[in-house]
Amino acid sequence: MAEYSFFSLVAHALSGHRHWPRAWRDATPKPAYDVVIVGAGGHGLATAYYLAKEHGIANVAVLEKGWLGGGNTGRNTTIIRSNYMIPGNTRFYERSLRLWEELSRDLNYNVMFSQRGQLNLCHSPAQMDAARWRGNVMRANGIDAELLSRTAVRRMVPHLDYSETARFPIHGALWQGRAGTARHDAVAWGYARGADRQSVDIIQRCEVTGFLFNGGRVVGVETTRGPIRAQKIGLAVAGHTGQLAAKAGLRLPLETHVLQAFVSESLKPMLDTVISYGAAHFYISQSDHGGLIFGGDLDGYNSYAQRGGLPIVEHTLASAKALMPCISRLRVLRQWAGVMDMTMDGSPIICKSPVDGLYINGGWCYGGFKATPASGWCFAWTLAKDEPHPDNAEFTLDRFRVGRQIDEKGMGPTPNAH
Amino acid sequence: MLRIDCPICGLRDETEFGYGGDATVVRPAVVETDVEKWLAYVFLRDNPRGPHREYWHHTQGCRQWLVVERDTLTHEIGIVALARNARSKGVGR
Repeated sequence: MAEYSFFSLVAHALSGHRHWPRAWRDATPKPAYDVVIVGAGGHGLATAYYLAKEHGIANVAVLEKGWLGGGNTGRNTTIIRSNYMIPGNTRFYERSLRLWEELSRDLNYNVMFSQRGQLNLCHSPAQMDAARWRGNVMRANGIDAELLSRTAVRRMVPHLDYSETARFPIHGALWQGRAGTARHDAVAWGYARGADRQSVDIIQRCEVTGFLFNGGRVVGVETTRGPIRAQKIGLAVAGHTGQLAAKAGLRLPLETHVLQAFVSESLKPMLDTVISYGAAHFYISQSDHGGLIFGGDLDGYNSYAQRGGLPIVEHTLASAKALMPCISRLRVLRQWAGVMDMTMDGSPIICKSPVDGLYINGGWCYGGFKATPASGWCFAWTLAKDEPHPDNAEFTLDRFRVGRQIDEKGMGPTPNAH
Repeated sequence: MLRIDCPICGLRDETEFGYGGDATVVRPAVVETDVEKWLAYVFLRDNPRGPHREYWHHTQGCRQWLVVERDTLTHEIGIVALARNARSKGVGR
């Protein structure tokens, strides 16, 4: 495998870029591994990468029913932030942000992480109070946060609706300057290449159809390419977590819902930060291509269809126009949808399952992309050591039984929170 | 756009309705003290990939609660019944 550098780029440019080696092997499954990860999205590939890098466990396969990064890794709005305030979430997402800051160098792969900052807009004095509280919790945990006045926000993004007639007047914002975006495909590709370079097998078009049991213990998986045995099986399959867990007899505290995202036609640079609208559920940034990338709410009903309905299209575009009237004539270029595993408290699950040999990484709700590095890092730790790292210790299944939900939004047991 | 055939109002757009979630979940009796049963009621879901029986509230119509059979993979809608009838006939389990 070639190390990517300025010199290798020049060398390959001189030969017309015809001789680049493949970034990862097209592996065929072996009969047995130490660890099998199901799902070759960002989380699964990151898990394999950190298993090999941090724990020396390289006899690992990552199984993918479709193609690498073809699920939610490629179906999000690429926003990265760590503005969480509930214990259990705060340190986990900050770990993720710190891993993002080193990720391109660590992987020798440019994931185009751009720390352009994020504004969480506030539209009432009460929201400003809540933002101040959140910001103080973040700062107490060593995370950067700054409360901005309306004037400061206006200086930063002058083209929002600050008029007298704005439906939701902007009172200020909570600013996290280290937040940003990254190139979603590059994250999957970078981790895939990084895992492959440590001899992890990435096996695409290999769907897991069931589990192999020995007594009460899971000892392998049935796949469309034959049985594969493993000492430990880790699930990282996003919206299909419930489906696969059910094959091992587990019923999980989550529902699968569909979430849409949109990209507009390309513009000259006009938005150099990420904005989250505090009045409606809406978030927007501009990609390096120039397209505005934005998203909104779930469609609102259980769905495994990777496509959304028109009511949410209307709702999201109405939010866009209310926030930034100047984009009202812009055309939407593409729209897509992913299926999310929405937990009953809006926080994820990274833990050993009640079935021996089976480990679960799921329940990422709206926020899986930003979590990718820490999710892989903590899941690898949990798989390798058979116990959680302190940063994912709260992300258990058992929290629902014992009443320790991590309810960041404070809205009770509903599968549609953040 | 989903279109739901309300037994009272006829075929209407999904925007007239509110979603009420899984209709197969049954609340335990208030005297129930088994934590597992309450855990299952409050948090655990079958989350099927395929036919799903679910509540919809015709908020902007007759305001009746409905039980709708809908496929979560295709969004195809099957039988729609008034929730009170569905429950007594055992349709809602």
